[in-house]
Amino acid sequence: MQKIVSLFSLIALSMAIVGCSNTGVKPWERDILAQQEMNLISDPIESSLNDHIYFSKEASSGGQGFGGGGCGCN
Amino acid sequence: MAVTKTKQKNKELASLLTAASCALIGGLATNANAGNNSWDVDAAFLLYSETDSRVSAAEPVISATKNYDEETKLNIKIAADTLTGASPNGATPSDQIQTFTSPSGNGTYTAEANQQPLDDTFKDTRLALSANWSAPLSRDWAYGVGGYFSKEYDYQSLGVNGSLSRYFNQKNTTLTMGLNLSNDTLNPVGGVPTTLFQVPENTNNNEFSQRQDSDSKSLVDTVFGITQVINRKTIMQFNYGLSTSSGYLTDPYKIVSVIDDTAGANYGGNFQSNGRNLYLYENRPDSRLKQSLYWQTKYQLDNNDILDLSYRYMFDDWGINSHTIDAKYRFRFDKQYLEPQLRWYTQSKADFYHRYLNASGYTNNEFASADYRLGDLDTYTIGLKYGYQFADDTEFYTRVSLYHQESSGDQGYGKLTKQDLYPSLDAVILMIGYKF
Repeated sequence: MQKIVSLFSLIALSMAIVGCSNTGVKPWERDILAQQEMNLISDPIESSLNDHIYFSKEASSGGQGFGGGGCGCN
Repeated sequence: MAVTKTKQKNKELASLLTAASCALIGGLATNANAGNNSWDVDAAFLLYSETDSRVSAAEPVISATKNYDEETKLNIKIAADTLTGASPNGATPSDQIQTFTSPSGNGTYTAEANQQPLDDTFKDTRLALSANWSAPLSRDWAYGVGGYFSKEYDYQSLGVNGSLSRYFNQKNTTLTMGLNLSNDTLNPVGGVPTTLFQVPENTNNNEFSQRQDSDSKSLVDTVFGITQVINRKTIMQFNYGLSTSSGYLTDPYKIVSVIDDTAGANYGGNFQSNGRNLYLYENRPDSRLKQSLYWQTKYQLDNNDILDLSYRYMFDDWGINSHTIDAKYRFRFDKQYLEPQLRWYTQSKADFYHRYLNASGYTNNEFASADYRLGDLDTYTIGLKYGYQFADDTEFYTRVSLYHQESSGDQGYGKLTKQDLYPSLDAVILMIGYKF
């Protein structure tokens, strides 16, 4: 588990560092990322329905957003 | 001025209600411009059906988003779901017919010999409402606030949440912090049962008269996230989530079988107490601390197809840890898309998960649950989504998925080894939606 935490920390750190240098785009290069399909959650309803199913059938929840509650199904 | 504003609001409300009713009757509204001051409505219907006449659920959802400008939005969502069918009560199957007291104590249900005991009194209807507002604070800061309420006949939940984002590096890097607080109240059918106590035969038992009507739990979720634009075609996110829940975390409808571990004819059979099989109400700790690490990347290929890949690692102080991999690939055609989806999930069991308890030592357990959702579990989802985008930016979509669960664990001893203690589960998930 510690290995995974370290690995993720490393990724986060490198993203933060890289984020400050050459990574990224200029404002006029956002044509593709501006597409609705390129949103990280492009189908919020589908995502919330999925989360609801998995929350009621498995012991994990959240990650992308809040872990949830609001349901007596688990 | 105030009158004008009120009129404007009424107009917006009317437009929202029209949109909602259009969705309800399946009408084809065409006010689809995603420009300023428009409502974007997403109406969907979910059908979830488990094989072997277990749980089936139907859930209509309507989400309406008012876009004041590119970054200022109000979202209102209404969802309702109805559940029917039968759910595993936690007891082990047996070579004898088993009779169980229903949660209300006013009746019984049975499980045939060698069949998984399912509680068929399971039925629920839920209504959930939520509202979220997000807007910029300044050039580099944005915030969001929201609230939700949901009600089932035996469960209510009330929550508020907020988030704060800071943009860096020409908005290529975003740091976000979110907080969610929720308070849930349970009013189980028959009251809150006494944990690790023998399930009484009926309501004449003292245990029933001593029960409280309700109990509650509270949740605090925090999420810290970093979103990074990698290049013109790639965006990546990394989140750390910390979630604490405290209060009544036990499932009031789940029970645990006590198995006879004394050598003899009944070795591995149900242990008898007070002339009946001994089943105990389960008991879980009254707090749980979950942590999760989440990574997601979205990449658009040169042919415009989109790959969406995510991984989540979750671990908690109940001893559960889990891995989830989710992959979607969207083939984009002119106005249509086809999206195969794959999801794999695996979890290790909670420290207090026991498929059954032994007669010789069951009184020593502080906590025990036989809920398979807290056991060793692997699940797989395979799905296919299809969407058609009309010229006016409205979109019809549908998805069919198959969900499979595989449980595993201790196989027992004696007679118990002849029983299937970890039956698998298959479900079909169908989703139909329309965005306008």
